[in-house]
Amino acid sequence: MAICEPIIEVRNLKVNFYTYAGIVKAIDGVSFKICRGETYCLVGETGCGKSVTARALTKLIRPPGRIEGGEVIYYSDEGPINLLELNEEELRKIRGAEIAYVFQDPTSALDPLYTVGYQIAETMYEHGRVSKIKEGILRAVEVLRNVLMPDPEKRVHSYPHELSGGMRQRSVIGIGLSNKPKLLIADEPTTALDATVQAQLMDLLMDLKRRENLTILLITHNLGLVAEVCDRVAVMYAGNIVEEAPVEELFRNPLHPYTKALLRAVPNPRKKSVRLESIPGTVPNLINPPPGCRFHPRCPRVMDICRSKKPPELWRGDDHRVACWLYE
Amino acid sequence: MMPLVEVRNLKKYFPVKGLLRVKGYVKAVDGVSFNIERGTTLGLVGESGSGKTTVGKLILRLLEPTSGSVYYDGKDVFKLKGKELKEFRRKAQMVFQDPYSSLNPRMTVFQIIMEPVKVHKIKVSDPESFVVKLLYRVGLNETHLYRYPHEFSGGQRQRIAIARVLALRPEFIVLDEPTSALDVSVQAQILELLKDLQRDFNLTYLFISHDLGVVRYMSDYIAVMYLGKIVEYGPAEEVFEKPLHPYTQALFSAIPIPDPVETRRRKRIKVSGEPPSPINPPPGCRFHPRCPITKDVCRREEPKLEEVESGHYVACWLAR
Ligand SMILES: Nc1ncnc2c1ncn2[C@@H]1O[C@H](COP(=O)(O)OP(=O)(O)OP(=O)(O)O)[C@@H](O)[C@H]1O
Ligand SMILES: Nc1ncnc2c1ncn2[C@@H]1O[C@H](COP(=O)(O)OP(=O)(O)OP(=O)(O)O)[C@@H](O)[C@H]1O
Ligand SMILES: [Mg+2]
Ligand SMILES: [Mg+2]
Repeated sequence: MAICEPIIEVRNLKVNFYTYAGIVKAIDGVSFKICRGETYCLVGETGCGKSVTARALTKLIRPPGRIEGGEVIYYSDEGPINLLELNEEELRKIRGAEIAYVFQDPTSALDPLYTVGYQIAETMYEHGRVSKIKEGILRAVEVLRNVLMPDPEKRVHSYPHELSGGMRQRSVIGIGLSNKPKLLIADEPTTALDATVQAQLMDLLMDLKRRENLTILLITHNLGLVAEVCDRVAVMYAGNIVEEAPVEELFRNPLHPYTKALLRAVPNPRKKSVRLESIPGTVPNLINPPPGCRFHPRCPRVMDICRSKKPPELWRGDDHRVACWLYE
Repeated sequence: MMPLVEVRNLKKYFPVKGLLRVKGYVKAVDGVSFNIERGTTLGLVGESGSGKTTVGKLILRLLEPTSGSVYYDGKDVFKLKGKELKEFRRKAQMVFQDPYSSLNPRMTVFQIIMEPVKVHKIKVSDPESFVVKLLYRVGLNETHLYRYPHEFSGGQRQRIAIARVLALRPEFIVLDEPTSALDVSVQAQILELLKDLQRDFNLTYLFISHDLGVVRYMSDYIAVMYLGKIVEYGPAEEVFEKPLHPYTQALFSAIPIPDPVETRRRKRIKVSGEPPSPINPPPGCRFHPRCPITKDVCRREEPKLEEVESGHYVACWLAR
C-alpha cells in the first residue's frame, strides 16, 4: 500500500442532539483519517450516523444538534488546522473552495427560482473566482461540460424543474466542483436515481476524481457500490466505527460480527443465494443506547464484557482495525 | 396446468391534462402479456416509471385498464361482479413499499388486522387468539396487540402489513418494493418470512423491485420492463445467467456486485442518456436511442416479444 498522506483526520468526534425525548448520542467518539487521492467510504444502515459525521466535519450541525467533542484536522496547503475551532466565516471559505458537498437529493440542493448557470456563477462569485455573475455564467458552460451534461450551452439557461433527475445531480456535482475543491464529500449521491443513471454518475465521479485530483469521502448504505469504487471502508453502527479496512480486505476477511452479518445479508445479483443471514432485532435507539458495545444485544457472539465495557480500537495488521472484544 | 394469472395485451394510458383539454397520454403500460404459475414468484424489474406498479394494480383491478385483459384462475378479472368480485378482492392482495403510510395511525395492531377481516365477513370465533396466531406467524407476539404503528420500527410495520394481508387467507400477493424502505439486515428477515409463507400456504407472488439481488433471491421467473413494455421474460436463473435484451444486459451490468474483485472485473455494457418520457416514446424499439447495437430496423419497427429459447422471451430485432 502507498504511504498515506492525510488530507483530513477526525479524532474522537462526538455529536449529540438535544431533543424533547432526551439526548440522542448520535456520534459517539468517531476517529478516522482520509488519505490524499483515495475514495474513503462510510457505510452503514439508516441512522447509524453517516450524514451527521459528514456534516460535522465542517460544523454543518444545526440545533438541536451540537458537536460535543473531538478534533477535525484539515491539512491545508498552509498547514494543519482544526476545523472545529474555526468561526463560521472562516469555515465558509473552506466549504466549497477546499471541501465540497454533494447530497442525496439534488432537488433540495438547487434553488428552483434560478437557472443552473446562475447558481454555478453565484458559487464562483462568492469565492472570488469570477468578478461578475455574467462571467460566471459563461464559465458555467465549461463546468457543465465537465460533468458531461448534454448540450451545456442550452442547459446553462435551464431551471432545475426542466432537467431530469440525473441532469440535476450532474448540475449539483458541477456546482460542487466549480471552485476546485480538494475533498468532495458525496452523501448518497446517486441513491435517488435509476440504476443505469446511477452507474453513469458514478463513472463520472470516478473520472472527475482522476482528472481533478480529488479525494472523495463517499457515504452510502450500498455494499455493492462500496465494493466497486472504494479504496478503504469504515463500517458504522449506532454512532461508532466498528471496523475499518481496505475494501478487498474488508470483504474477504471481515472481523466484526456486525460486518460479517451485514455482508451475508445482502443478496448478490450474480449468484442465487439459498438463504440470507438476517441480524435479529433492530438498530438501537440512541437516547438510551445499550451500555458497553452498542451492538451487543444483537450480537451472536456476545460475551459478558461486551455488556458493560465499550470495546477499544484493536489493530489487526497496519490497516485493519476493529472495535470488538473478541479480538482482545 | 393453467396459470393462476394470465395477462393479455394489457394497456393503461393516463391522460395528461392541459388547461382546457387532454394534451396527450402517459403510456404507462402499453401492451403487456405474461403468465404467473400458481405457487411461484414472478419478479418484475425495470427502472423508475417503466410501469411496474401500474401492472400490479391492474392485475388486482385497483385500476381499470385502457384495454386488454387479466385472467385470474381462468376468469376475466375486469368482468367479475358481485360475489365473485368480493371473493377475488379477498384472494388477491397487495403489500406496498412504505409500511408507514399503509397503516392507519389511529388504529391498534389488533384493529388494523381485524378491519379487512370484518369487511370480508370472515367468521372468526376468537378474534384475539386469531390475531395473536398471525402475529406469531410474522415474528411478533401478543405484547404487540394493542400498540399503534408509530411504536414500531419499519421492519415491524412491514410485518404488521403482511399479517393483515395473511388474515384474509390470500392466494396471490403483489409485493411492490416491500423491502426497499428497510435496512439490509431487516430486509433479509422480511424476505425469509415471505419465502416461508409462500412455502407454507402455496402463495403466488408478483414481486416488484429494482434491487436485482433481491429479485434473483426471490424469483422463479423474471419480467423486465422498459417504458411500458416487457422486453424480456423467462426463468429467473436463465435470464440472470444469459440476459438477451441489450437493455437487460445494460441494467444487469450497471448494478455493482457486493464483491470488490468480481465487481471490478465485470464487463460493463454502457448506455447513454436516460429513459425517455412515456408520453412520447421513441418509434420502433423504445430502447433504440440508448441501445449500443441499434440497427436501422430498430428505428422503424417495434420488435415483438418472441420465444427465442424454450420459455425465454425477448423483444429485440438483434437478439434472435
Ligand atoms: N435533527 C435531529 N434531531 C434529532 N436527532 C437527529 C437529528 N438529525 C440526526 N439525528 C439522529 O442522529 C443519528 C444519525 O443520523 P444520520 O442522519 O447521520 O444517519 P445516516 O447514517 O446518515 O442514515 P441514513 O442512511 O438514513 O441517511 C440518527 O439516530 C438520527 O436519529
Ligand atoms: N394515476 C396516474 N396518473 C397519471 N400518470 C400516472 C399515474 N400512475 C402512474 N403514472 C405514470 O405512469 C408511468 C408508470 O408509473 P408506475 O408507477 O407504474 O412506474 P413504476 O415502474 O412502478 O416506477 P417506480 O419504480 O418509480 O415505482 C409513470 O410515467 C407515471 O408517472
Ligand atoms: Mg444520511
Ligand atoms: Mg412503482
